[in-house]
Amino acid sequence: MIIAVASGKGGTGKTTVTAALASVWKRPVLAVDLDVEEPNLHLFLRPESVNTEPVYLEIPVVDKTLCQRCGACAELCQFKAISLLGTTLLTFPEMCHGCGGCMRICPNGAIQKGQRELGAVESGLSQGRIPCLTGRLRIGEAMSPPLMNQVRQRMRTKAQQEELDILIDAPPGVSCPAMTAVQDADVILLVTEPTPFGLHDFRLAIRAFQPLGKPMGVVINRAGLGDDRVQTFCRENGLPVLTEIPFRRDIAQHYACGGVLTLLDAGLKASFEELAESLERMAQGEVPHA
Amino acid sequence: MREMVVISGKGGTGKTSLTAAFAHLAERMVLCDLDVDAPDLHLIAEPTIQRSGPFLSGHVAEIDPAHCSGCGTCEAVCAYEAIHSHDGHFVVDPSHCEGCKVCVAFCPEQAIEFPDRLCGTWYESKTRFGPMIHAQLDPGQENSGKLVTLLKAKARDRATQLGLDLILSDGAPGLGCPVISSLSQASLVLLVTEPTPSGLHDLERVVSLCSNFRLRSAVLINKADLSLDYQAQIHAFCLGRGIPVVGHLPHDPEVTEAMVRGQAVTEGKASSFGAQVRQIWADLQPLLEIPSTPKSKETRS
Amino acid sequence: MVIASLTRIAVTSEGPTLSDPVDPRFGRAGGFVVVDLQSMATTYVDNGSSQVLAQGAGIQAAENLVKAGAQALLTGHVGPKAWAALEAVGVKVVQGVESMTVGEAVAKFKAGQFAFSDAPSH
Repeated sequence: MIIAVASGKGGTGKTTVTAALASVWKRPVLAVDLDVEEPNLHLFLRPESVNTEPVYLEIPVVDKTLCQRCGACAELCQFKAISLLGTTLLTFPEMCHGCGGCMRICPNGAIQKGQRELGAVESGLSQGRIPCLTGRLRIGEAMSPPLMNQVRQRMRTKAQQEELDILIDAPPGVSCPAMTAVQDADVILLVTEPTPFGLHDFRLAIRAFQPLGKPMGVVINRAGLGDDRVQTFCRENGLPVLTEIPFRRDIAQHYACGGVLTLLDAGLKASFEELAESLERMAQGEVPHA
Repeated sequence: MREMVVISGKGGTGKTSLTAAFAHLAERMVLCDLDVDAPDLHLIAEPTIQRSGPFLSGHVAEIDPAHCSGCGTCEAVCAYEAIHSHDGHFVVDPSHCEGCKVCVAFCPEQAIEFPDRLCGTWYESKTRFGPMIHAQLDPGQENSGKLVTLLKAKARDRATQLGLDLILSDGAPGLGCPVISSLSQASLVLLVTEPTPSGLHDLERVVSLCSNFRLRSAVLINKADLSLDYQAQIHAFCLGRGIPVVGHLPHDPEVTEAMVRGQAVTEGKASSFGAQVRQIWADLQPLLEIPSTPKSKETRS
Repeated sequence: MVIASLTRIAVTSEGPTLSDPVDPRFGRAGGFVVVDLQSMATTYVDNGSSQVLAQGAGIQAAENLVKAGAQALLTGHVGPKAWAALEAVGVKVVQGVESMTVGEAVAKFKAGQFAFSDAPSH
């Protein structure tokens, strides 16, 4: 079972919810941080004996002795990673999307495989029982989906081998990285807050994720703040609100110390246990009431 | 022309609420929302759209079923698993298509079209604060930074036309291409953070990015009273990197209340929070006035 | 410091003639006015092919410039990748040229009032 925790707006509490869910999850679970631009899940789960593995994208390296300057590669490349200027062939490795077209089209076999470091995958163990995987984009690297795809590959292999459920902390927003992060999920859990910004970005997220046809549930964080338009929107659109986390100063402060919510009080722990059960039922095809 | 870009790395630090307040306080300014993935500034600025246009970027492959022989070459050469067979011929899933053209080049039947990709819409608007440039990326589209670059160019053109000398931008989130594009040519980058583990962690990453590009930056700590411990860590970090901390703001429900009213925190009824934001805006002025580049022989448009 | 051997220079331009304003952008410039410094004959190179690219407009513009045979470029600012491309093929670059017409920029260049840049801008 794979649950992706997503949100249109950043800072709604996605990571807080993922960490809390991981800590009450009944079956063995793998916690995966796919917010590779700003990975934060490890700050709450604090995995130990972390193993860091650099991750690369395959990029072209031109053998100038074989290259006939025909320009076929430069003409094909849509990303300007190879350019023919007069008789000078230049490569711009940081522009490459790794499509492999240049290597395939070169009539002289002059283009070999090189590597660009995208970032790293970190794996560790939290609290002695929750395996964690984190993708971390190299600072200055512009593209996150290729790194995310490598994290997803490792995630699927590990979960299959060790029979683990998966909890994914997805990046915020609704562009390519967010869509990449939720595509493996059986259920998408959306975290929002009852503010005008929260509602607006939540609607964008619903619009983006609905075509995927996956069951979606909602967590309203900081409930009591702002207004009740998010609740009304969920009711009108048949989106089940699975739990509400109240707006309380002690919760914000607990978070500020890197605390996992389920450790703050028994009430919060119980509501996350209930949330975990609802998600499990949704993954099995049960439709909860909106 | 001066340009202040407000970014945060981590979401939810109050970046957009503060940008809206600065827009209210600034004079002779063009407002620009560079968070094209999940823009929110318009909820406060309430723009009246004057012009809009499609945002095209890159291409997408489309297989013409009438010419597809079903050989499967396209599926074999696609590095993005975007092509699958469907009733004897092949279909491109546009959400996975990277627009690399490899399938187009290798299709033996020349059955693959390669039209421009429509990725979103840009807007030129007016607001009670001044002119505004903004956009909305379509769901699932790649935010390559090109739309951000387009908006910045439009904002500069608008400012030049109207003789305005400040561009105030709500920057893109994260650390990738959109934020890198947001920062280009900024006179001052205001980093809004909060004293939490994630706030500090993401601040460290965006500061590295700013120093990679040798940009002048300043830090504003919002929700400063949430953790004195993390606040002290942020101060120590900024001191070590030589970045000024231009102010502290408390964790105040007034921020959300103003948002619900559709107002900037400095508008409407006087509040202590609003007064503190006014002071910070005043303190930012000297940082904004100083020329941005230490390099000679280089001018900015 | 005008190099005597330079014969063809390109200026990023909003239009096809010497009286059009300089476009301070390089990668996404509307086009280039290419000027033969001896005869002062001009040709216009449209840079539209750079506009549709999702990325790499500067590199595409450099390709367009090299195809037109320009040996030097007058423009507002050149980004790091386009800079690397121009440097690799020995095209000299003057940055900071803006708020004037193409003709004025060429005249100032001929009068030695511009210095070549030694680094790209962002």
